[in-house]
Amino acid sequence: MAAEKPRPRLAVWKFASCDGCQLSLLDCEDELLAVADAVDIAYFQEATRGTISGRYDLSLVEGSITTAHDAERIQEVRRRSRKLVTIGACATAGGIQALRNFADVQEYASVVYARPDYIRTLATSTPIADHVPVDFALRGCPINKRQLVEVLAAFLVGRRPVTPPHGVCIECKLKGAVCVMVAHGTPCLGPVTHAGCGALCPSYDRGCYGCYGPKETPNALSLSAWLAALGMDERALQRVYRSFNADAEPFRKESERHGG
Amino acid sequence: METATRRILTSEGLDGLLAALKRRGYRTVGPTVRDQAIVYDDIGSIADLPGGWTDEQDGGHYRLVRRGDAALFGYAVGPHSWKKFLHPPTLRLWRAARDGDAVQVVAEAPPEQPFAFIGVRGCELRAIEIQDRVLLAGQHADTPYRERRRGAFIVAVNCAKAGGTCFCTSMNAGPKAAAGFDLALTELADRPGGVFVVEIGSEAGRLMLADLPQRAATEGEIAAAEGVVERTAAAMGRAMRSDDVRELLLRNLDHPRWDAVAERCLTCGNCTMVCPTCFCTSVEESSDLAGGETGRSRRWDSCFTMDFSYIHGGAVRASARSRYRQWMTHKLATWFDQFGSSGCVGCGRCITWCPVGIDITEEVRAIRDSEQR
Repeated sequence: MAAEKPRPRLAVWKFASCDGCQLSLLDCEDELLAVADAVDIAYFQEATRGTISGRYDLSLVEGSITTAHDAERIQEVRRRSRKLVTIGACATAGGIQALRNFADVQEYASVVYARPDYIRTLATSTPIADHVPVDFALRGCPINKRQLVEVLAAFLVGRRPVTPPHGVCIECKLKGAVCVMVAHGTPCLGPVTHAGCGALCPSYDRGCYGCYGPKETPNALSLSAWLAALGMDERALQRVYRSFNADAEPFRKESERHGG
Repeated sequence: METATRRILTSEGLDGLLAALKRRGYRTVGPTVRDQAIVYDDIGSIADLPGGWTDEQDGGHYRLVRRGDAALFGYAVGPHSWKKFLHPPTLRLWRAARDGDAVQVVAEAPPEQPFAFIGVRGCELRAIEIQDRVLLAGQHADTPYRERRRGAFIVAVNCAKAGGTCFCTSMNAGPKAAAGFDLALTELADRPGGVFVVEIGSEAGRLMLADLPQRAATEGEIAAAEGVVERTAAAMGRAMRSDDVRELLLRNLDHPRWDAVAERCLTCGNCTMVCPTCFCTSVEESSDLAGGETGRSRRWDSCFTMDFSYIHGGAVRASARSRYRQWMTHKLATWFDQFGSSGCVGCGRCITWCPVGIDITEEVRAIRDSEQR
């Protein structure tokens, strides 16, 4: 049955990123053969030497736009793709490299590179959705492989993926994890962070670092007041929101309220 | 039933009760220490109970601390409630697999063992009674709940310590276990060797107790047990006048206090997850990559999420104000109209486990006080 139908063509594209999200696909050990059976992996530089040609039914896009060249390339990817799904914090929010958006990128380059004049880069790191229409955004730094398989499975049958936009707290409670903030006094971004990781850090006695970015209707202002009462100073409050999703609007706004 | 008489079990006898329950095929669950909190999980013997531990609770604050003695039940309720077992957080309902041109639907099997709950508090018995009414009464009884609730053996414990956020006396739900148990224990922690005054609540309880080493309670012991409950009742950490709260809230749906609480509310849903009576679930469909298998599962949902009130075009309750108000007015007011009682048992979990310490008793008081000014 399935063999007679042409398989959907899948492409995996990389922009400014660490490759970690793409590798989540290869990390799907148990499901990898099923993925390879279900789709024709037509372009995936981490795994194959395919070349860009023709059109793709589904493009997974990793990374943010940080160069003029990439700003053009994403237009070409969009033109060739029937559905475009962004994967990971870089593609959905600009990533850790969006810290440049709060600073002077020329100054950064002069500190980091021996020959900063070789560097051609934009002043900002921006998410894919700032440049082209995106059909679905999968959050996370890195993305969760179970959620990636869910997105692929949903795409294959044309349904909406189940990746709830509520907070990490609900994931903690569903698995019976004890709240690290209430029971241990550990600062945690769980109440304002998008679910998807399965409450990984709180399950290991760590506060949430906000890797999946802001949840729906986050109230970071109220959380910050509580974090301050737990002992975080203004500088720490600014930094806690400035990580992988620093330029996601609710986190950016909250970080700008702090730090003096 | 000899409900008028009281029996005495020692710690050894209590251990024997756990062993006897296991021998008869029950899955014994009860309080135990994990990750610096008292949670409910599988327990094998009284060694798994939080002996010598107690808790310190306040709005958004919970700490496990040592008691000066070896009491086995010397603490208030923790983050878990028994709904974790009776109404599981996630549950697959069925799955279906392609079989040639046909589809095979496989229903989920009920649990193999009945539950024995050890250490159910008065407020929790009331919560179970409320969930029984919500999930079993009426035309559409919930099958998974019924399968788990049926045959459950309940060992209640009369609270010897009121938590910092407890207000069961305000809700007439404790601290004494009133009904709905097979056996109810009162721990006399100051007696050497562990002395538990046992009240029999059912024929199953009487039969279970009959096989254990026990003796009749003295009048002094019975009076001491009553004293334990009286002292706990007098030491509630919180209070809420509840006789007119339904009317109070329903005539204040546009009160500015809802805006004030919305500024603090994180809409994280923790209050609903820890509430022993909140019962809402969401149903999720899944399909595999090969298109050969599909399934349906459900998980706890919360009226604090946007998806919860999503209907064509958007969420009905988009603001934090409307979501908090929905939760609190349902719990304390419209629950009466829907289920004939309050939905609150005064356990205090929503106060303790709110990450920013929002206090339902304080919110009611603020609205009440504003009317009196």
